[in-house]
Amino acid sequence: MNFPTDLRYTKTDEWVRLEGDEAVVGITDYAQSQLSDIVYVELPQPGERRAKGEAFGVVESVKAASDLYMPASGTITAVNERLSGAPELVNQDPYGQAWMIRFKPDNPAEFNDLLDAAAYEKHCEERAH
Amino acid sequence: MSYIPHTDAERRQMLEVIGVRRIEDLFYDVPERTRFPKLNLPPPLSEMEVMWELQALSETNADVDHYPIFLGAGAYNHFIPSTVDYVLSRGEFYTAYTPYQPEISQGTLQAMFEYQSLIVNLTGMEVSNASHYDGATSLAEAVILALNASRRQRRKVLLSPAIHPEYRQVVRTYTQGMGLTVTGDEDPTAALPQLLSQLDENTACLCLQVPNFFGELEEVQGVAEAVHNAGALFVVVCDPISLGLFQPPGAYGADVVVGEGQPLGIPLSFGGPYLGFFATRMEHVRRMAGRLVGETVDMQGRRGYVLTLSTREQHIRREKATSNICTNQGLMALAAAVYLSTMGRCGLRQVAELCYHKAHYAAAEIAKLEGYAVVTKRPFFKEFVVRCPRPVAEINRELLDDYGIIGGFDLSIHYPHLANHMLVCVTEMNTREEIDEFVQALAEVGEG
Repeated sequence: MNFPTDLRYTKTDEWVRLEGDEAVVGITDYAQSQLSDIVYVELPQPGERRAKGEAFGVVESVKAASDLYMPASGTITAVNERLSGAPELVNQDPYGQAWMIRFKPDNPAEFNDLLDAAAYEKHCEERAH
Repeated sequence: MSYIPHTDAERRQMLEVIGVRRIEDLFYDVPERTRFPKLNLPPPLSEMEVMWELQALSETNADVDHYPIFLGAGAYNHFIPSTVDYVLSRGEFYTAYTPYQPEISQGTLQAMFEYQSLIVNLTGMEVSNASHYDGATSLAEAVILALNASRRQRRKVLLSPAIHPEYRQVVRTYTQGMGLTVTGDEDPTAALPQLLSQLDENTACLCLQVPNFFGELEEVQGVAEAVHNAGALFVVVCDPISLGLFQPPGAYGADVVVGEGQPLGIPLSFGGPYLGFFATRMEHVRRMAGRLVGETVDMQGRRGYVLTLSTREQHIRREKATSNICTNQGLMALAAAVYLSTMGRCGLRQVAELCYHKAHYAAAEIAKLEGYAVVTKRPFFKEFVVRCPRPVAEINRELLDDYGIIGGFDLSIHYPHLANHMLVCVTEMNTREEIDEFVQALAEVGEG
């Protein structure tokens, strides 16, 4: 299981990468392995606003459909259109090609609430028991 | 055979666990004098006597087997070929439920798949679910689909006032608390242009019934374009029999097509069971509620059927499911599938033509009567509106009591401005003689 140290994490299994004054979001390696084969990803439209903790999309696998949650409040600036035609990228490259949204946070201080890689890995281990 | 499996020992054990000595103690809160009241019942009857009594009671009903009927307004008296009951009553099918291990029941799944395919063909759409309770609930689900298609950003729902009034009530009941504005039908005389003028960037969908509640065809050309230009979805409610004769809604740009499937081989009964059909385009398949059966192949390449996209459904997606009213009408959907297969394309067209021509004959004859006027001006299918010289309730009472005829629908019940207006329905089941008798009876009753 891969937990890149340059990323921040939510307890709901999203990863966040800060790039300038924007943030990129996807789901973690742990999340994709738990969900198994991803068959559909539903994403919002650029320009839409979401509050921290609000659902911004849905990821559907052969086993379950799960909501995707905003790590912080902000306005969506871009979504990964490739995922609509190639949802399997989420399984293959969750931290790279399968990024889901890019958004401009209202208050970057909210990122301080997120987990670092070690804390997130521990969070995953705890749930395994 | 005992229907209660518990032994005395088990009962004692259960009472002990909850700390009660005797079963009677459980009824402590019910006042003693009302616990075992003396019931004033007639003496017991034999099975034969009970059958006679119930038979006598049921024979006091006026039913469509014994009375000519000109009542429609959403539920219709159509012929049901005997193949329908034959297939329905086979032991393999005779349950309302999808089996809990669905894939083990390939026959049931195949029947549902056939039903979906037939509905898709009939409506001109791309995908159909395996049914809802009735036409009204399928319209409500269509509204919810439109709301979700707008990512819940659009909150206005436009309903034509010429949609079945009860369907409009059910839409309002279903969507209460969702923060929607259901509108468009406040003015009962509002025509299509008025409805289209209310389209805006907050409109999730526009819903139209074709033929409408009054039996008229709506001027559908250009509607889809106007609705889509506003970024909304176009929902059409239709009578499936009418599709034997008229253009399917898919051909004029509908995004969702719903309706009451009762005319397809399901008998008239108060409260159902009826059948809601629901078809849409593939782009909305994940927002569609209800069961969906798909065709696939197994590991050896053999054809098989599965429940597909189950992740939308309540048993997997819990409170986030597309709908939490997910019981389908499997058995009624099967009836519709057998009906459509039996009739075939030509048979369905014949039924629709018979309805059309008989209704137009009846309208022409009624128009000749003094005191009556056929107010339907636009093309109509099997129902039309007649202005009567007296209140419809009075006319219907006399038709039933004096002529043994079930008259048309009293429109003043739902449309106060239509006092003395009757919605007359004629199907392939009404013979020429019945229609002539009905016209004659109206003439006599009209004189008061």
